[in-house]
Amino acid sequence: MKKTFKLIDLDCANCAAKMETAIKKLPGVTDASVSFMAQKMTIEADDVDAVMKDVVKCCKKVEPDCEIVL
Amino acid sequence: MTRKQKKTLYRILLAFVLFVVCLLLPVEGLARLVLFLVPYVVIGWDVLWKAIRNILNGQVFDENFLMCVATIGALIIGEFPEAVAVMLFYQVGELFQNVAVSRSRQSISALMDIRPDYANIERDGQLVQVDPEEVAVDDVIVIKAGERVPLDGVVLEGTSALDTAALTGESLPRDVSAGDEVISGCVNLSGLLHVKVSKPFGQSTVARILDLVENSSEKKAQAEHFITKFARYYTPIVVFAALALAVIPSLLDGQWGTWMPRALNFLVVSCPCALVISIPLSFFGGIGGASKQGILVKGSNYLEALAQASIVVFDKTGTLTQGKFSVTAVHPDGMSEEDLLELAALAEQFSTHPISKSIVKAWGGVPDQERVRDVEEIAGHGVRAVVDGHQLLAGNGKLMEREGIEAVSDHQHPGTVIHIAADGRYAGHLVIADRPKATSAQALRELKAAGVRQTVMLTGDAQGAAQAVAQELGLDRFYAQLLPADKVERVEELLRNKNPKENLVFVGDGINDAPVLSRADIGVAMGALGSDAAIEAADVVLMDDDLLKLPAAVRIARKTLAIVRQNVVFALGVKLLVLVLSAMGLANMWAAVFADVGVSVLAILNASRMLKAE
Repeated sequence: MKKTFKLIDLDCANCAAKMETAIKKLPGVTDASVSFMAQKMTIEADDVDAVMKDVVKCCKKVEPDCEIVL
Repeated sequence: MTRKQKKTLYRILLAFVLFVVCLLLPVEGLARLVLFLVPYVVIGWDVLWKAIRNILNGQVFDENFLMCVATIGALIIGEFPEAVAVMLFYQVGELFQNVAVSRSRQSISALMDIRPDYANIERDGQLVQVDPEEVAVDDVIVIKAGERVPLDGVVLEGTSALDTAALTGESLPRDVSAGDEVISGCVNLSGLLHVKVSKPFGQSTVARILDLVENSSEKKAQAEHFITKFARYYTPIVVFAALALAVIPSLLDGQWGTWMPRALNFLVVSCPCALVISIPLSFFGGIGGASKQGILVKGSNYLEALAQASIVVFDKTGTLTQGKFSVTAVHPDGMSEEDLLELAALAEQFSTHPISKSIVKAWGGVPDQERVRDVEEIAGHGVRAVVDGHQLLAGNGKLMEREGIEAVSDHQHPGTVIHIAADGRYAGHLVIADRPKATSAQALRELKAAGVRQTVMLTGDAQGAAQAVAQELGLDRFYAQLLPADKVERVEELLRNKNPKENLVFVGDGINDAPVLSRADIGVAMGALGSDAAIEAADVVLMDDDLLKLPAAVRIARKTLAIVRQNVVFALGVKLLVLVLSAMGLANMWAAVFADVGVSVLAILNASRMLKAE
């Protein structure tokens, strides 16, 4: 399953790369892609809704200013 | 500018005024430090706060932290003005970078501004504006002059000219009248149209295109992967180099005052942002610039691959040629021309193949379905059917060979020959020719000029017809008489024999060639406006059927890659230079800040050139 989320206030490209790396490492996440240009995040997982809680937590840790629109 | 950006701007101005005041006041010693701390905190509190917060979260090597260490270090060694100035300059650069990025993002979105805002629908005799997503299939919508077509559908009444430029890059309007299909995203130029909706908004052309472009940045290019990987190692390495520079020489000669500032410079230069930002931006710009011309690229990786295109394989029909066949000769054997044509038309009436359609068209009548039974299409060969109780075969020489019928071959007319046999007896043949597109020869020349090494044509046509087209257009090689499965085989053979660094592009019209499209390094579907299958299967989609878009796509890809390389070399070069100069004590913190944010801004400006491409 694949889902795309909009991101608000993602304002540094390096942070986007760091977020991507961190999210990819989360258990249950098959693949993740954070696009700084499109301000979007795509998560691929068996059950996206189940991992989203961890993803949000992970983003808060790596880039606290960035908000995920669920 | 957004509100956040404006707030930063005011803060910068305030801090600058305070900074100048501090410089003018004749205060010494500790009081001077306290004085300079005022503008420092005004301009840098958020950087300090983020640094602390990120360390608490276990994120050490981040740019905020590095800026803090560098400026606090400067404060400790007594260089108060430098500390404030560096922070100020850093914030100016960040703001600049922010504005530049959001500008180019906006202009790319503007290029793709084809999303319809509303649809007019008749309710209780009144026209009301509704969200296109609320319109159901088979609803009738009304499109006034000057409005955008919100959903795909069929015209019920009215005539008009549609501007398809936003979708195809083609400036010539397209005329539509009752019975014609209209595609969402076009602009209605003149008349009032009543359109019956054929697809819900989510599946309409405009929604699919937007989806495709917006998700294109998801497929990242190798250059992007390289740079994010590089950034992961670059920052820690520079930070440890700074530490080494601060400690080792100082322990040897005791000159802490000399080495500390140099080490602090290292920290300022260590942020990889210029690199990390400019590369996706260049690709995004390239994809945006291409879509403006009606070329949809499904990912940065494909744009990168397209720049290395060196073998281009074309499907002949509908790609190099117009795909509009006309019967150019009728050679009956024992019956009248009219009868032969009628038999062929009856047998071929159910096929969607352009050749079959041309035969029906040449005959001129409406074929009677009742007279035909047991129609069987034999891929790459032709059709078998029972017409008026007679076993009828219509197809190429291979079909005749397979059925053991001796066919008369025709060498006088270039084109595809369709042989017809009735009840096992040869009845004659038709010659059908397909003219090359007006722009094909020029497109092939431009591809060669853009660096393509070899052009190849694949076709199911007979050797003679294929040769005639290949020679006329100046193709390097051609393979004729191929079945659909043979095409995949030929492409695989070409893939095996090429240099691994080169890429093979396959260009087809998306009908019947999905396996080849996916097998090639880059599959290009053309004339894809409204064809879902082609949009699905291809990596690059040319929205109309003008072959000149292909060399344009290659040029855009090459230019994008050139900008990516320039940015990498420039950003790395400047950073390296400043690092070396800092180590030797020849560069101050100003140069270091320039190497960080200044380079970012220049790289972004360079990347935004892609938006104006051609």
